Amino acid sequence: MIEIEHLSKFFDETCVVDDVSMTIPDGALAVIVGTSGSGKTTLLRMINRLVEPSSGRILIDGKDISAIPPHELRRQIGYAIQSHGLFPHRTVGQNIATVPHLLHWEATKVNARVDELLDLFQLDPAEFRDRYPSQLSGGQQQRVGVARALAAAPKLLLMDEPFGALDPIIRARAQEDLRQIQRRLGTTIVLVTHDMNEAIHLGDRIAVMDRAKLLQYDTPQEIVTRPATDFVGELLGSGERPFRLLSLQPLRPFIEQGEATGTAVSVDASLRDALEEALWSGRAAVPVRDGAGKTLGRVTLATAIRQAARPQ
Amino acid sequence: MTDNSTPPSSRHVIDRLGIVIFALAIAGLFCPFVLFRANRIVAGEARYVLDALPGWPGYFLLAVLGTGAVLALLRLDARLRLAVSFAALAILAVGLGWAVNSVTPEGDKISRTAPALGFWLELLAFGLLAADSVVRLGLKPLSRIALLVAVGLAIATILLSGIWSDLSVLREYANRADVFWREAATHITLALGSLVAAALVGLPLGIVIHPTRRLRAVVTGLLSAVQTIPSIALFGLLIAPLAWLAATVPAAAALGIAGIGAAPAMLALFLYALMPVVSNTLAGLDAVPSAANEAARGMGMTDAERLLQVQLPLAFPSILAAIRIVLVQNIGLATVAALIGGGGFGVFVFQGVGQTAMDLVLLGAVPTVALAFASAVLLDAAVELVSVKGRT
Repeated sequence: MIEIEHLSKFFDETCVVDDVSMTIPDGALAVIVGTSGSGKTTLLRMINRLVEPSSGRILIDGKDISAIPPHELRRQIGYAIQSHGLFPHRTVGQNIATVPHLLHWEATKVNARVDELLDLFQLDPAEFRDRYPSQLSGGQQQRVGVARALAAAPKLLLMDEPFGALDPIIRARAQEDLRQIQRRLGTTIVLVTHDMNEAIHLGDRIAVMDRAKLLQYDTPQEIVTRPATDFVGELLGSGERPFRLLSLQPLRPFIEQGEATGTAVSVDASLRDALEEALWSGRAAVPVRDGAGKTLGRVTLATAIRQAARPQ
Repeated sequence: MTDNSTPPSSRHVIDRLGIVIFALAIAGLFCPFVLFRANRIVAGEARYVLDALPGWPGYFLLAVLGTGAVLALLRLDARLRLAVSFAALAILAVGLGWAVNSVTPEGDKISRTAPALGFWLELLAFGLLAADSVVRLGLKPLSRIALLVAVGLAIATILLSGIWSDLSVLREYANRADVFWREAATHITLALGSLVAAALVGLPLGIVIHPTRRLRAVVTGLLSAVQTIPSIALFGLLIAPLAWLAATVPAAAALGIAGIGAAPAMLALFLYALMPVVSNTLAGLDAVPSAANEAARGMGMTDAERLLQVQLPLAFPSILAAIRIVLVQNIGLATVAALIGGGGFGVFVFQGVGQTAMDLVLLGAVPTVALAFASAVLLDAAVELVSVKGRT
């Protein structure tokens, strides 16, 4: 658990982070979202002491991090950045092994870990281990960057715009992979982005920052349905809000028995997917199937429209 | 004009640089090949190839050089051009030996026979052809080093075989062989010693001043001011303070520090070398991607670990490039050390200038140029070898 208590940071006279308090539970994926200059990156960088706070404190599992030497603290926390920051003179394997080496792991353990992570990120170890970063595509570089951040199995992973440099298709896949890996490993993740879509798509909790202040820290549902300030509402984009709300609602509770024909949607999809399918094919209802292809029932257009309305 | 459908015209057959090489080589055939002087100071008499080498050897040499000139003119495969240039240079070298031998009277030890304009033009022409072919071949670093070693061995073979022993430069050498090797050792000590000192001081200095903008400005400003001082002036300027130091501090004098001699020469070379080392260290560190630095810190490297594992390895090609600049520069500059009694090949150059004995000047100049050239080739190859890694 990460407890941020009354944290402030001044650069000279300018306040970059203003009295921020928030708690991130274990295993959560917290997204800090805001425009550039909102202080989101500074807030993130104070968690691994790349920036020292002017006042306030941060506790990780109850321990004040200012008592831990910065380099030791950072070796326990994964760190992935936008331009991946891979070392160009080291191979993929050596890059991933960076923190294990700093922690003086045994060579056999390091090698096994490197291969395990490459497998996890769907990069064939035999093919990629000895390549240099310049021989990888942008998406592969980004995956190696995240693999490197996870090398020493940290309980906490900090990510600063990790998908910012990727094109939309690769970004969507990378986000999906991150979601799955996080579920599998149970790592607590704090991710910084300027993209509200990404925040809603990925976050269990979203912190919205503007001009050094934390405006709202809540679940995506609450952020979408009850934005705390006009600025949060603007960031969501008023035209998009019903669809964002639908995308947060899984289909399963809304399945009903009844007739529906045509292309089915997966039970794992969201109401938004069902709405899109119904609107695009001009149907009043779409069938829902599970992974085995068995039809479970249908979801109606009316249900989707009802659920798109702001909850009272 | 550049229409590809036209049949091959002269443009497609003639090599552009080949025109220059051809002109030089052909002009060389009509110039005196060697210069004979009855003793060191009298005016020389020019001898043409056919004067110096009567009969078939002369015609053979002319034929080889003429054919080489024509082949240089044509667009041929770079390997073939390289072979032509090496063949021409080898026959030119042997021809020079024979010509000098035949011009020199039997048993004569006072006369001096030196290569003349014709020889130098041929050397320039085919040297150019060789250099151009090597560049066009795009040889890998290790192949270039191998080629350098092969050329060095070939020259050593010629020197040891004795076919050049009547050549004026080698007669000067024979008269002072022991001095020559002593000055050679001094020259190399001056050039390498000041380089090592500059690397030992410049590298840490660059690392220390790198993060601080103001410190960088001050240090680089100071060092570039030193660079602008003409070498002779700097050598001279150091005489007074070092003489004073030797006179006031007995320990300094005991270490061999004096106003003239090797100490001020070493110091001057060191000062000249510092600028390239420091500025390339800074440039190398600047070129480290900021994301790599950020990631290194974020993953928990200490400053020392980051320096050794990330910054220095990435800055290394740039630092090695500085070593190359400094070594070549120092080998040349060390010649001036002789002016203040520092020794080195400059001793022969300045003696020769004083006595208007060009052979003596060459005895100092040719090894200096050869040394600088060999160092440049070696270190260029080394820079390329370390830069290629990780960037393919």
